[in-house]
Amino acid sequence: MPIIVVENLSKVYPVAVKEPGIKGTLVHFLRRNYRMVNAVQDISFEIDSGEVVGFLGANGAGKTTTLKMLTGLIHPSGGRVRVAGNVPFRRQEPFLQKITLVMGQKQQLIWDLPALDSLKINAAVYGIPEAEFGKRVGELVEMLSLEGKLNQPVRKLSLGERMKAELLAALIHRPQVLFLDEPTLGLDVNAQVAVRDFLREYNRRYQATVLLTSHYMADITALCKRVMLIHQGQLIYDGSLDSLLERFAPYREVKVELANPLPDVETFRRNVSTLYGEVESIEGREIRLLVQREALTRTVAQILADWEVIDLTVTDAPVEEVIGRVFRAGVV
Amino acid sequence: MRQVFRTATTLLTAYYAYMLEYRAELVLWVLSNSLPLILMGVWNQAAQSGRFGLSPVDLVRYFFAVFIVRQITVVWVIWDFEKEVVQGKLSPRLLQPLDPVWHHVASHLSERLARLPFALGLVVLFFGLYPEAFWLPSIKTLLLFLLVAGLAFALRFLIQYTFALFAFWTERATAIEQFWYLFYLFLSGMIAPLELFPAPVREAVQWTPFPYMVHFPAAILVGLPVDVVRGLLVMLGWGALFFVLNRWLWRRGLKHYSGMGA
Repeated sequence: MPIIVVENLSKVYPVAVKEPGIKGTLVHFLRRNYRMVNAVQDISFEIDSGEVVGFLGANGAGKTTTLKMLTGLIHPSGGRVRVAGNVPFRRQEPFLQKITLVMGQKQQLIWDLPALDSLKINAAVYGIPEAEFGKRVGELVEMLSLEGKLNQPVRKLSLGERMKAELLAALIHRPQVLFLDEPTLGLDVNAQVAVRDFLREYNRRYQATVLLTSHYMADITALCKRVMLIHQGQLIYDGSLDSLLERFAPYREVKVELANPLPDVETFRRNVSTLYGEVESIEGREIRLLVQREALTRTVAQILADWEVIDLTVTDAPVEEVIGRVFRAGVV
Repeated sequence: MRQVFRTATTLLTAYYAYMLEYRAELVLWVLSNSLPLILMGVWNQAAQSGRFGLSPVDLVRYFFAVFIVRQITVVWVIWDFEKEVVQGKLSPRLLQPLDPVWHHVASHLSERLARLPFALGLVVLFFGLYPEAFWLPSIKTLLLFLLVAGLAFALRFLIQYTFALFAFWTERATAIEQFWYLFYLFLSGMIAPLELFPAPVREAVQWTPFPYMVHFPAAILVGLPVDVVRGLLVMLGWGALFFVLNRWLWRRGLKHYSGMGA
């Protein structure tokens, strides 16, 4: 059963354009010029209840705009959206009760008060009975390891603790659909892992649907089986993460440490593609190559024959690298 | 109903705690509204040397009442709202099943409560300095004053919040308030009691919302003659007008909102 249905969704923004310099400023003051930006163009997809979907794209690709339309914050220029049977932009209570949006650093907690005060406001606003509220806070505090932190003013919390407290506030009404925009932005590795584990557990425990954007590929690989790629406002891929990687990672990364530095780096670069594969980087005696999977054995043999090699390792290309290639090419 | 009561008390409690975090600022906020007390001195001097419709004691009492009215009717929603829109902080509030305006209402009401002890302290100090101006209004007058001052706050809040909604289209909605404030300053009776204005001006001003935000409640408190029924009707009329405009702008504004920065 799809819980999110998006059909031909579009958003066009007017953006004021100003030439630099005094003349541009005066012209801008007297007559505004606007350029229309197609932030999101004609995208369609469905997400089933309980699915965890990664939403990937470069900065400015249209991810956040799409999330804002799905949560009803902004009005679509065209197309249809249904979330849990509701039209988001109407922001009716049954819809708002079922969803949440977590946005990177944006705080809904009142800065100068303990998080618990803000949580109490949320409990009243969402109509959560006192006893149930206490139970839920206890449960979420445990899942997020926030013991003893909710009585401190929010400004005294570390970034990681604050982000977790924000998550707690965003989930206290136990929403069925979670829209997460960079939920681990700026967190250290431990905190990232904690948030990731928490989201996985929340999804499992409440069968919640999650749509997640992140710049940390580890978030995506840890949580999402399915990914959607958006590029310049258009949906260019919607499918499993595995088949995306297979399609775009027919490479292995070969790291070679040579006994002596390359005599002529430029010539090496020029000839490398016919001989071995694609150069990822050359740093002193260390060379990283991307090699087609089927050519791997032959290439490794060739390298060992041609150069004096101290060390050689073969690994899968990092997911970031794969996704980066897709975006650079702009097509799937 | 119980749900409404719970939301209201929770919001008020939280914002009261929030306001008390700013102890030192509270005193300064109370003092920053002491313009009427300065004007009181100026007019008192002037009244002693010239012929006015009001005696020096009347003037002192009037400006004292203006000071009290200002304590009750201070509004800053446009600055907060503009910040929320420009910085995208409105977004999380829009996703909750409660109109975001109630956060602002709660913060204003609890601030009134937080500044009450300081304002009362100033009242005591005032009568200590001007014992000849001391008077006790009747209970009936006091209750009517509180009602009208409450309505004056509501009207001023509604009007400023309506201007604040222009933040959806322009990044500097506060400019509208600053322009409006100029009229408010002169026509509300804050600089001079309306009794001292030429009769035709006074008559014209009676139909604007300005005198009802300061002069009307202040005049009731000190016992100057005012038409209470007409005053209440004019307030209600402006209130209705701005309410309709407010809701219309809110709907249009949300369609225009882009959730900047968030």
